[in-house]
Amino acid sequence: MSLLTQTPTQGEHTHSAATMVPDASRAERVSSFDVAAFVVPTGREEEWRFTPVDRLGTFFRDEATGAHLDWTETLPEGVTTSTISVADWQALGVPTPQDRAAAVAAAHSGGVGVVDVPAEAELTEPVRIRLTGSEQDLVHGHLLVRVGRFAKATVVLEHTGVADYSEMLTVLTGDGADVTVVSVQEWDDRSHHLAQHDVVVGRDARVRHIAVTLGGGVVRVNTNASYAGPGGSFEGLGVYFSDAGQHLEHRLFVDHEAPHCRSNVEYKGALQGETARTVWVGDVLIRAAAEGTDTYELNRNLILTDGARADSVPNLEIETGEIEGAGHASATGRFDDEQLFYLMARGIREDEARRLVVRGFFASVVARIGVPEVQEHLMEAIERELAGEAAA
Amino acid sequence: MSTLEIKDLHVSVDTEEGAKEILRGVTLTINSGETHAIMGPNGSGKSTLAYSIAGHPKYTVTSGSVTLDGEDVLEMSVDERARAGLFLAMQYPVEVPGVTVSNFLRTAKTAVDGEAPKLRHWVKDVKDAMGNLRMDPAFAERNVNEGFSGGEKKRHEILQMELLKPKMAVLDETDSGLDVDALRVVSEGVNRVKEGTDVGVLLITHYTRILRYITPDHVHVFVDGRIAEQGGAELADRLEAEGYDRFLPAGAGA
Ligand SMILES: Nc1ncnc2c1ncn2[C@@H]1O[C@H](COP(=O)(O)OP(=O)(O)OP(=O)(O)O)[C@@H](O)[C@H]1O
Ligand SMILES: [Mg+2]
Repeated sequence: MSLLTQTPTQGEHTHSAATMVPDASRAERVSSFDVAAFVVPTGREEEWRFTPVDRLGTFFRDEATGAHLDWTETLPEGVTTSTISVADWQALGVPTPQDRAAAVAAAHSGGVGVVDVPAEAELTEPVRIRLTGSEQDLVHGHLLVRVGRFAKATVVLEHTGVADYSEMLTVLTGDGADVTVVSVQEWDDRSHHLAQHDVVVGRDARVRHIAVTLGGGVVRVNTNASYAGPGGSFEGLGVYFSDAGQHLEHRLFVDHEAPHCRSNVEYKGALQGETARTVWVGDVLIRAAAEGTDTYELNRNLILTDGARADSVPNLEIETGEIEGAGHASATGRFDDEQLFYLMARGIREDEARRLVVRGFFASVVARIGVPEVQEHLMEAIERELAGEAAA
Repeated sequence: MSTLEIKDLHVSVDTEEGAKEILRGVTLTINSGETHAIMGPNGSGKSTLAYSIAGHPKYTVTSGSVTLDGEDVLEMSVDERARAGLFLAMQYPVEVPGVTVSNFLRTAKTAVDGEAPKLRHWVKDVKDAMGNLRMDPAFAERNVNEGFSGGEKKRHEILQMELLKPKMAVLDETDSGLDVDALRVVSEGVNRVKEGTDVGVLLITHYTRILRYITPDHVHVFVDGRIAEQGGAELADRLEAEGYDRFLPAGAGA
């Protein structure tokens, strides 16, 4: 067993918050289908303490709105979509909402949009669902992605436009499935998006969840991974780029209950502009039964300009000694002027040198995405974000 | 024919106790094709001189001048200096994660030449230069200086010198940390560039052994932020035999 904890602290890194975790264990957090089980958050609660809840009041109202986003789908052969009731969704034994916004979204969505990939299907093209908002009315969105046993599939969810979007996404994967779910947030900067993504990793399945968050005023994606049986592997990858005025938050909770499962989390973010804000919380719980677990999580933030703030909080709870390995690393650093000097000393102009360094920073995680069109799009988007800085 | 002219250069760094003067009046002229060795004890200001020529923001020039063919180098940004033909092989090359050597070299070459190199020639030039420096071709796909050994970093610096073909190259302790074989390979690299391009070289070193492979036309002994003595190659031999002691205050040692 190896136990690594590496938390170098540079620049704007804030880690102090980690010491005031009130939960005795991450497992004890309230979770329920019942909205009333959750109070309206004030921002003092553990799970809301980084989030600007004052900008999100409508997300906590226990009522349906009837609003929806524009839905465009591209379905490879064999993949089907349908709608089921919330009751039927619950009856599938899905993970429960973990906070009030998720409970409200699940209760008031009016139905669950289902994407089904049949067992043993081998998709060569991604399933693509494009959700576009055009007004600020609160939308409760509720999705279920179901991938049958031994199927191989990539599902790309894209979010654009103006919206207040409260989302509940459940991903259920069968035994031995090989699944990649990509959620891209490229909202207009007026938009708000709170999401709970539950990923249930089937026995011996390999599931990758990738969050790409570039646009939106407040975006908070909570990704929870759990294992339906032994031998499963979860990879959580994330890339975010926060500009002035943006609050981009990613929370992960990997719940190791089954033995011999693996998880690996890598999130990288850049911040530029005063008031740019990011939060990353990575909780990993290895329960007593989860012998042979192997887990590692990493978060790195690159602060490009003064006034930006990144919080990074890894938490590792281990209830068994019989594990393969568990570790985490978290670091937040300023843009490295020595790297800039080195490149410029070879004749490279400052803006291009900065671009090389930032691209380089993201390169490792982008390369792991493994969906070429998403990778290319992301690199282009990062270039645009950087160019935005030059114009500002 | 180019000339790098350094006149009465004073340079300080910011420290917690305020500005600290490190270079205290350096005057030195280097012409194309010449090799000047600067030798001096640790902390005498050799790297400060190198970085000041390259334009590192940490160093403040308080007086004096640096010109390249009459152009004011101190007015130029770091990248402008490189494009004007100055090159600094660093004592401690910087790691740039996620940027491959091949991408870096091509970007630098394009910047220095003002146009992208012809692909076919370029690939061959890089391959040949790496071969000459006994660098495994796999280095091209590794990230710049990341995980390189000390010797590999130095080879990579000279590789850049070979490919970028500067007018004036400052080599800051390129020899330190090299074993004998690597020292020979790296020295051969420098000599190849000297023969091929008539580059002027300012070779900064603590030890004389590299001067067995690269013959200096002039040797300058650098002590306490200024040149304390100058001579030809024979001065290096004297330093080898006597050390720096006679230049230092009694008891300081080097
Ligand atoms: N930021 C700084 N604060 C204080 N002193 C500094 C700073 N930077 C450099 N110095 C001092 O300036 C002096 C010259 O340093 P420099 O690196 O130029 O020496 P050097 O001759 O290259 O030494 P070496 O042989 O060890 O490479 C040293 O005494 C060093 O400690
Ligand atoms: Mg030095």
